[in-house]
Amino acid sequence: MFADLTNFGGGLFDELRRLQDEMEGLYGRWPMPAGIRSVARGTYPPINIGATPEQVDVYLFAAGLDPKTLDISLQQNLLTVSGERQAPVREEANYYRKERFDGPFRRLITLPEDVDPDRVEANYRDGVLEIHIKRREATKPRQIEVK
Amino acid sequence: MAETNTERKDVKQTGTSGVQQREPEVVLRPPVDIYEDADGITLMADMPGVSRDRLTIEVDKDMLLVEGDARIDMSEGMEALHADVRSTRYRRSFALSGELETGHIDASLKDGVLSVRIPRRAEVRPRKIEVRAE
Repeated sequence: MFADLTNFGGGLFDELRRLQDEMEGLYGRWPMPAGIRSVARGTYPPINIGATPEQVDVYLFAAGLDPKTLDISLQQNLLTVSGERQAPVREEANYYRKERFDGPFRRLITLPEDVDPDRVEANYRDGVLEIHIKRREATKPRQIEVK
Repeated sequence: MAETNTERKDVKQTGTSGVQQREPEVVLRPPVDIYEDADGITLMADMPGVSRDRLTIEVDKDMLLVEGDARIDMSEGMEALHADVRSTRYRRSFALSGELETGHIDASLKDGVLSVRIPRRAEVRPRKIEVRAE
């Protein structure tokens, strides 16, 4: 209760701005303009992105990929992943359901700006493509003594 | 093969206060391709993150149930920046018709793609019928 007293007056807008900053990194889940590169839900492949202070991890859920078709590149903080997932239709069979994605895909992902393009690792296991990118070390805050 | 609906399962939990709460357990429905040819039915399902030891396939005479648990290694204290996928459990089930030979199901898993092949019973496979010319 006492903390709120310091926010009299312009408090409402400070709160909104803080929320805005938080949501900035959340790719448009908030009813505000989405990240310019965000895509419609259901775009293949589904992606999760997690971060710690040391690294950013990108997970692409793409089963049945041929790793030879994968092209992963990182330019500053823009990650591009393209490849092809084959799930071809068999001519002589009757299909009851054809839900699995078939064909080429490309996803462009904007990552936090402190990712280091020289320290990237990728591996593909059980249908999940994992891309780990280390972050540049933040300059440590300098302690300022009050004399 | 008809589909049964087992997408969401409400799990009753007792909170610390002893009051019963319903918490939906989100389960992912893997996309499937299902096709049939003269010899039987083939089902292919995408379950990225699932390895053989975390996959369950159950068959009884009229139902096929596929369940998988995905494993995604995440670092300690990871903060989610974006999540298209919000669960690690896959489940989907299908009603089977009588002419399928459920005793001879063949299943394989590679790179998260499950392939299940269910042959038709031999006596039920289509026989070509010769038409005599009169």
